[in-house]
Amino acid sequence: MAALFFYLFSAVLIASAFMVVASRNPVHSVLYLILAFVNAAGLFVLLGAEFLAMILVVVYVGAVAVLFLFVTMMLDVDFAELRQGFQQYLPFGALIALVFAAELIVVVGAWAIDPSVLKVVQGGSTAIPSDVSNTQAIGRLLYTKYIYFFQAAGLVLLVAMIGAIVLTLRERSGVKRQNVAQQVARTKATAMEVKKAPFRAGV
Amino acid sequence: MTDLSTRSPASGASAKIALFGVLGAIGLVALGVAIYVLWWLFTQTDWFLNVVIYAIEAVVLLVCLLVIIAFLLLADRKIWAAVQLRRGPNVVGPFGLFQSFADLLKFVFKEPIIPAGANKGVFLLAPLVTCMLALSAWAVIPVAWGWVISDINVGILYVFAISSLGVYGVIMGGWASNSKYPFLSALRAAAQMVSYEVSIGFVIITALLCVGSLNLTDIVLFQEKYGLATTLGVPWLTFLNWFWLPLLPMLVIFFVSALAETNRPPFDLSEAESELVAGFMVEYSSTPYLLFMLGEYVAIVTMCSLTTILFFGGWSSPLGFAPFIWVPGVIWFLLKVCFVFFMFAMVKAFVPRYRYDQLMRLGWKVFLPISLGYVAIVAFVLQVTGWGGLN
Amino acid sequence: MLPFPVLAPALPEIILVVGALCLVLLGAIQGDGARRAIQTLSVGLLIVVLGLVHLSGGKQGVGFEGAFIADGFAQLMKVFTLIASIATLLMSFQWLERERVERYEYSLLVLLATLGMMMMISANDLIALYIGLELQSLALYVVAAIHRDNSKATEAGLKYFVLGALSSGMLLYGASLIYGFAGTTSFSGIAAVVKGGAPLGVVIGLVFLLAGMAFKISAVPFHMWTPDVYEGAPTPVAAFFSAGPKMAAMAMFVRVVITAFPAIAPQWQQIVIFISIASMALGAFAAIGQTNIKRLLAYSSIANMGYALVGLAAGTPEGVQGVITYMAIYLVTTLGSFGCVLLMRRDGQAVETIGDLAGLSRTRPWLAFSLAAMMFSLAGIPPLAGFWAKFYVFGAAINAKLFALAIIGVVTSVVGAYYYLRIVKLMYFDEPKPAFDRGDASVNGVVIVCTIFVALLSIAPAALFNAAAAAARSLF
Repeated sequence: MAALFFYLFSAVLIASAFMVVASRNPVHSVLYLILAFVNAAGLFVLLGAEFLAMILVVVYVGAVAVLFLFVTMMLDVDFAELRQGFQQYLPFGALIALVFAAELIVVVGAWAIDPSVLKVVQGGSTAIPSDVSNTQAIGRLLYTKYIYFFQAAGLVLLVAMIGAIVLTLRERSGVKRQNVAQQVARTKATAMEVKKAPFRAGV
Repeated sequence: MTDLSTRSPASGASAKIALFGVLGAIGLVALGVAIYVLWWLFTQTDWFLNVVIYAIEAVVLLVCLLVIIAFLLLADRKIWAAVQLRRGPNVVGPFGLFQSFADLLKFVFKEPIIPAGANKGVFLLAPLVTCMLALSAWAVIPVAWGWVISDINVGILYVFAISSLGVYGVIMGGWASNSKYPFLSALRAAAQMVSYEVSIGFVIITALLCVGSLNLTDIVLFQEKYGLATTLGVPWLTFLNWFWLPLLPMLVIFFVSALAETNRPPFDLSEAESELVAGFMVEYSSTPYLLFMLGEYVAIVTMCSLTTILFFGGWSSPLGFAPFIWVPGVIWFLLKVCFVFFMFAMVKAFVPRYRYDQLMRLGWKVFLPISLGYVAIVAFVLQVTGWGGLN
Repeated sequence: MLPFPVLAPALPEIILVVGALCLVLLGAIQGDGARRAIQTLSVGLLIVVLGLVHLSGGKQGVGFEGAFIADGFAQLMKVFTLIASIATLLMSFQWLERERVERYEYSLLVLLATLGMMMMISANDLIALYIGLELQSLALYVVAAIHRDNSKATEAGLKYFVLGALSSGMLLYGASLIYGFAGTTSFSGIAAVVKGGAPLGVVIGLVFLLAGMAFKISAVPFHMWTPDVYEGAPTPVAAFFSAGPKMAAMAMFVRVVITAFPAIAPQWQQIVIFISIASMALGAFAAIGQTNIKRLLAYSSIANMGYALVGLAAGTPEGVQGVITYMAIYLVTTLGSFGCVLLMRRDGQAVETIGDLAGLSRTRPWLAFSLAAMMFSLAGIPPLAGFWAKFYVFGAAINAKLFALAIIGVVTSVVGAYYYLRIVKLMYFDEPKPAFDRGDASVNGVVIVCTIFVALLSIAPAALFNAAAAAARSLF
């Protein structure tokens, strides 16, 4: 059964990843990307990493891809122009792809023939105790061994946020803003003025 | 039809008989093969039986769920009507009880219209996605002790993930309609749902910090056994054990965020009829529209049951002694879900719609800081006192 | 109870983080009204951190399960980096105010970039290295474009961002290959794995890693962003780019190759020698035709990185000592040169062509003297500081039997001297142009200090060389 699902998820994953690149409509590309993410999450579940699977769905599908979709839907992409560029850069791109492929073949080939050439340090990772769910195991590692990376990554995000604000936020003058506290604090005395209107004289 | 009528009756009859004969033979063979395959699967593999059991469980759950939703939909309209001093649906069946079924039939028999400029595939996919996703969340929701299709470790995350996917139906539908109102609606929905997911996430984190598990059954069991009442030495006052009391601010935030997450009034900006006609559903008709409606209500009931599980002790009875503990858990669960749904309906009836900037302000500037702060406070209290955790 | 992380080695960084976060809060609450206060406080914070780093005395210490290392090398390089940040911050405030770039975020971003640099210098692990690098780069991308209404500045920021992201990608690709083959990200672990022959994957990964790092120090062939970014970015920002980040990236470069790949020195030495020769040559020849002083200094910094790498190519403690010395002297010289460029302001407008310097000796003799000292030092003419810098790196190369490299270095210095001396000739022998405006006190101060250092290092060079030697020894 697990093998069946593995092949199902992998096949759909690869096919949809291909369609991300191949499809003509960018919105379709993003939709295929989402499909790819969901299938990757399925593969994580098969590995027994259910926490990672769910986080992948929550973060990438639930938030990141929504924003991708948001942006691509609003973009007006000129396909003719895009394809023109594609033709022009095809040889260069193909060359780079070839180099990368060759490297991967060398690397993976060496590993497939003789895993010992990798000289991987043994005992570097500790086995997960069986009484701990993998959510807890990740938490324990992330907040102890990798606390430095975790916090530093947080700082990187902070810088990204400050940067986005610095470069794009423009204070416009003359905008009326709602001040909720002020509205709530209004009383009858401050909001209303009662006037006696004399008969046939108006206010 | 004209073809058939011009043929001679005799030859037509014999052809029919021959056709039936052939079809019948093929059918019999197919039936035989199917029975053999089934027999083989049952006897030779150990997983097939489980699959069949899961399938039956799923079908039973879905049928019950959909029937209950049919009546909740009616209740929604009745409550709404009652607040506005109207009668509400009262024609089909006694007190209008069968109104939802009549609506169902009406939608199914109408013609689905697809606009000429629409992106056909995505247009039809959108309602399906909405409905499928909403229904699939129910795979992990425990309606009573052990009454759950899949009791997975990360149940709450699964529901959270599925509910965060709900936005795709809206965005896809809005975009594929190739029309201005739906598109605006899709943009609104995207921003709104992403915003309120954040505070929902933090609320869920507070609850699971207290429990120390992401499993929904564990969350309910914890509330049944530990909590305020147990600490005070009156464990039979189970309703005091539930999280609604210690996490009251979180309950409020969760409830309001759930309204926003399911596009319910007062946060139904994406289908605001005064601005966008019907938002992403403008171009939909017939069964696709029905699927959208259905998905929306299933999502609402999912949120109600999530509120029940997180804050009202799931299926546990409010008082820990007879005759209350004789009532089956599923009844308690249903009652609590109905109670939360009643609140949903009342909010719809008497709260006016938010403006978009107010909606964003509420999500980012009010709920996010409060829920984040509460997470920190709860974590601090748990760390200092050593409370929380199932063991 | 879980073990509490070892924090002591990272104390200066932690103080810097906490201080920076407080200032972020202050800025967020008070807005641009608190700009002056934030500027003053950031400089104060950096000075406090500098004091802490100095007080740590280069004590060997490892924190966070080996990801963070504090040693003599890290201490010295951090001191240099912090000095660079403080000096550039001091020089920028009034300049930016004049150009109407009044953003309090500028000082915050410089603070966070400095933090990233300190993390790079102390990185003892590929992940720590990458995160430190990203923290630094991300802040720098934004700082480059901080003058967002100026099309040249935004172009510079965008170019820097796109190419920087590409280089980060290469670095990450290399790091993942190394991790895949070595099974560990810690430098000591990698060193243990490559002892006695490295797998092919590690070597390929190392090439990518070096390419990524060469981009950060703007060495040829990954230099193309430098002139455009220096020209487009506001001048104080360009000064910052040419000082602190180069220092940190070079420290990172040295630490990676020396501590993680000592066993395959011949492999990386080839690459370093190639980059070094290419940078020296391109820096020397491409600078000749420049008319914009910032572009000229950009090519000069490319060439300087080439000279610094000569020391690294030797791969010996002596070579590393040469690199440290070179970088320290380069730092002072580049700060001084950019200080002079900041003072080039006529009728309230910043001018930046070389022609504007004509006859400076008659209108502003002391400024001309300072700039001339910087140029002579960059050209490597004794008895100025730049001579000692070149002397040490070429000496290390010769001791390591890299004669060809040393000869090419000397030849390119001669070529480079041409354009440095051209500026001196312009200032002293050409018809004067209208005088520059009066400069800011802080910039004048920095230029004076730099000039004194450059001119008088020869009197007591031992302190710097001994510190560099001690720092270099801590790596081996």
